[in-house]
Amino acid sequence: MKEESLWYIFINASLINNFVLAYFLGICPFLGVSGKMETATKMGGAVTFVMLISSMCAYGIHALLVAIDAPFLQLISYIVVIASTVQLVEMFIKKMSPALFRALGIFLPLITTNCAILAVALFQTNKGYGFVESFVYALGAGVGFTLALILMAGLREQLEFAEVPNVVKGTALTLFIAGILSLSFMGFAGLGS
Amino acid sequence: MSKQDQPTTSATVPPTTDEFIKGLWRDNPVFVQVLGMCPVLAVSNTAVNALAMGLATAFVLLMSNVLVSALRNFIPKQVRIASYILIIATFVTITDYAIQAISVDLHKSLGAFISLIVVNCLILSRAEAFAAKNTIGRSVLDALGMGLGFTFALLCLGAIRELMGNGSLFGLAVFPANFQSWIVMILPAGGFFTLALLLLGINALQQRQKQTQS
Repeated sequence: MKEESLWYIFINASLINNFVLAYFLGICPFLGVSGKMETATKMGGAVTFVMLISSMCAYGIHALLVAIDAPFLQLISYIVVIASTVQLVEMFIKKMSPALFRALGIFLPLITTNCAILAVALFQTNKGYGFVESFVYALGAGVGFTLALILMAGLREQLEFAEVPNVVKGTALTLFIAGILSLSFMGFAGLGS
Repeated sequence: MSKQDQPTTSATVPPTTDEFIKGLWRDNPVFVQVLGMCPVLAVSNTAVNALAMGLATAFVLLMSNVLVSALRNFIPKQVRIASYILIIATFVTITDYAIQAISVDLHKSLGAFISLIVVNCLILSRAEAFAAKNTIGRSVLDALGMGLGFTFALLCLGAIRELMGNGSLFGLAVFPANFQSWIVMILPAGGFFTLALLLLGINALQQRQKQTQS
């Protein structure tokens, strides 16, 4: 297991151990923004972008913290980096596309508290990935998150036309679909071994 | 300037038991507000994990609520979210090291999810929505109620999943040995299904309440 190929890391992060459906990370935006296909795609893009940048920064910070022997600062410095990256992305989107900025609304600053992003930084440190491996891992996680979000949005758009009992409407229905999606993603389990 | 922005009425309102009770059921963070779902689903595969996670979150929530409430007149409005996150991250680091000292096994089975308490939306939302506007006494009651409500919800989920998926509760066998365990309940999909069913039950309960009232 010492030498994992980059392709395996990518497949592992995006499909086999999908961050949303296998690790339950980033459930809040997953449930909140998956109502419409268009916002889901763009949200996925934004999250992937933040993941890549913060993963790179986390790699540097980890090296620095090891050098000065202060591992207890890890969590605090990671979260600060992520918060500032999100701020940057927010300003960028506001400037480039005000419509998208309005569509994402409150969920844009909430990327800061998206567990998937912090988790990418923590997992890559735990697994001892190098620079290139971390990059691929973050990319895979972002693609996996986007994929889950898009699948969910597609299903929910179809469900708009279905007749559902009043009791099931809302979060309960979304969770049922997520459960079924999660079951089907388990089919990827044998893929990388 | 910021002192004038503070609502003066809330400071004079004495702490009431309602602050405590509301987190347990009426505004339960998991079942009603649907906040902090990631740890709820991820570590609720056994009752012990669920209980430990719930208590750890409750502790961080309590401490950060106290500190945010105590500093509410000193933190400038523009940097408040960043300051809250720093406060929360500090307590999470403490909790992380404490759990590691108490039980290495537990620390291993909870894994990265202890560190991920930092990004639990429940804690940040209580800091922003309640502790930043209220006295320390009320914030403590609010944090206790919300923390216990969160623990209760986690424990419900964890107990059901362990019972069905393993035939045991807190590691003790409940069903006879020939019980065919439902593997799916331990798997990620089981978490989604169990929570969906619980929410379904609560929805049905609330709708019936509304009907009887009208």
